Amino acid sequence: MSNRGAALRVVVADDEAPARNRIRDVLQDCAHSVPIEVVGEASDGRALLELLDSIACDVVLLDIRMPEMDGIEAAQHMQKLARRPAIVFTTAYDAYAVQAFELHAVDYLVKPIRLHRLEEALSRVQSIAAPSPDMLAQLHPGPRKHLSVQERGKLILVPVDQILFLRAEQKYVTLRTAQREHILEESLTRLEEEFAQCFVRIHRSCLVGREHVERFERGDEGADSGWWVVVRGLEERLPVSRRQQHVIKEFARS
Amino acid sequence: MRIVFIILTLCAFGAVCTGSQWNQSFAAFTEMLAVVQPLLVLSILVLWICDPWLRRLRYSDGLLAVALIELTLVAGAHSVALSMFPSFVAADLGRYVVLTLGATALVLFYFHLRSRALSPALSEARLQALQARIRPHFLFNSINAVLSLIRLEPRRAEVALEDLADLFRVLMADNRELSSLQREVELTRQYLNLEQLRLGERLRVEWHIDNMPADALIPPLVLQPLVENAVYHGVEPSSGLGVISINAYKSRGEVHLVLRNPYRLEGSHHSGNKMALINIRERLSLHFDAEAGLHTSVSENTYQVHIVMPYKPANGGQRAKAA
Repeated sequence: MSNRGAALRVVVADDEAPARNRIRDVLQDCAHSVPIEVVGEASDGRALLELLDSIACDVVLLDIRMPEMDGIEAAQHMQKLARRPAIVFTTAYDAYAVQAFELHAVDYLVKPIRLHRLEEALSRVQSIAAPSPDMLAQLHPGPRKHLSVQERGKLILVPVDQILFLRAEQKYVTLRTAQREHILEESLTRLEEEFAQCFVRIHRSCLVGREHVERFERGDEGADSGWWVVVRGLEERLPVSRRQQHVIKEFARS
Repeated sequence: MRIVFIILTLCAFGAVCTGSQWNQSFAAFTEMLAVVQPLLVLSILVLWICDPWLRRLRYSDGLLAVALIELTLVAGAHSVALSMFPSFVAADLGRYVVLTLGATALVLFYFHLRSRALSPALSEARLQALQARIRPHFLFNSINAVLSLIRLEPRRAEVALEDLADLFRVLMADNRELSSLQREVELTRQYLNLEQLRLGERLRVEWHIDNMPADALIPPLVLQPLVENAVYHGVEPSSGLGVISINAYKSRGEVHLVLRNPYRLEGSHHSGNKMALINIRERLSLHFDAEAGLHTSVSENTYQVHIVMPYKPANGGQRAKAA
């Protein structure tokens, strides 16, 4: 949102090539009234976030329905970006989302996009309200497919199915994949609610990925007696609290 | 003739209806089933043979004729039975006559109610309400794709608009009459051309229709909405390649349509998908009653829809219309 006066740097995110072509055409048409430069294109939300890591832009024209990661989830992750471009959502038909955008004064364009609507939207970019997290969560009722972590100015996306476990520490949550550990600024309870399908709570402070549980085993006598989870591909065992031992039975049944 | 297509199925229902009633209410009558069942089979046969003639009668005459046929059959069977096992069958013919008339009246009354409930006006209204609706999502995305072609490839844009026009002509038409499988396949191809335009390399379609009965009559817009579902749930959610396979063939007097697409966990229980399936199921049953069916299954990574319908060739369709 810096370089006022210079050309507006635009990124187009849409999974359909003809739709991207069309937007580029119309962008070209309004170049005479608003100086514009298309600095990149992406065909899904993941690709968009990777692109935004490497280039600077002022506004993203963001399609809602895309494979891999849709526009709404992409917008959720974009909130963690250090340089946050303005978002103008685009959609062919999504009555529900359009209603929400109207309600929250978020800018959106319906496809096919009209020249003067695009001009209008781009001329307002500086004052566009960022979509609120609540609205995005409401538009994305299912669980996210990725968790995003901000590390050294870069946004790292971790696919949810690659997460072995999530563990609450003092003030944050650590996220463990087969490769490494990340630090997450979200609450474990929220995460448990959102991802109830893929994670199970085995301890007050720990959620483990259902798919990654190899087996349950009894500890040795003494201090670490009781049940432990053996996670596939991980040496560390995770304790199952007495309170959560019913989980073991549920696993045995399925 | 107002007794619709049901006279034939009437007796099959009659068999179930009378049979189970006697069986449950009067245990003593179980042995009678032995007598009743051959009689019912015989009735079905005779009524079926008389069917063309019965159709030409007025409804009241038809009732009388059916009752007479049943009475004759019962009287005939009674005399035969009497001569063969005199000890087993009661000599009193009057009782059988009353029972027969009662049962026949009951069954006919049931069908009268049923045909009123499913009267042509009513089922036509239901058919209209059930007419397949295309996703607005598809319409606007397609128009958008065509717009993108106009400047660079006007010829392709023309073809695409023609396809779109044809598709909507059918969608907005009165789709109560059956249409040919050939026509349905063409329509689905036109639809897929438009999707191909949007999705490009992400969509591949495999047609296995070399042995399809092209002249088979099927309800219009059965295949296209299913393929639309397949694209929406099986192809669009992935940025990789999605293959849809469409199989049409005839086997033992039945038309089979088998559609497969990649199965994606999320979205496949989507309400839109269910609505389309319910819609098609209802239309199949309004056209073919219990003779048609739609089954879905999931195996590994494939979602499959299998439709079976009785084979009715297009040129033999006159009789169905007359009824």
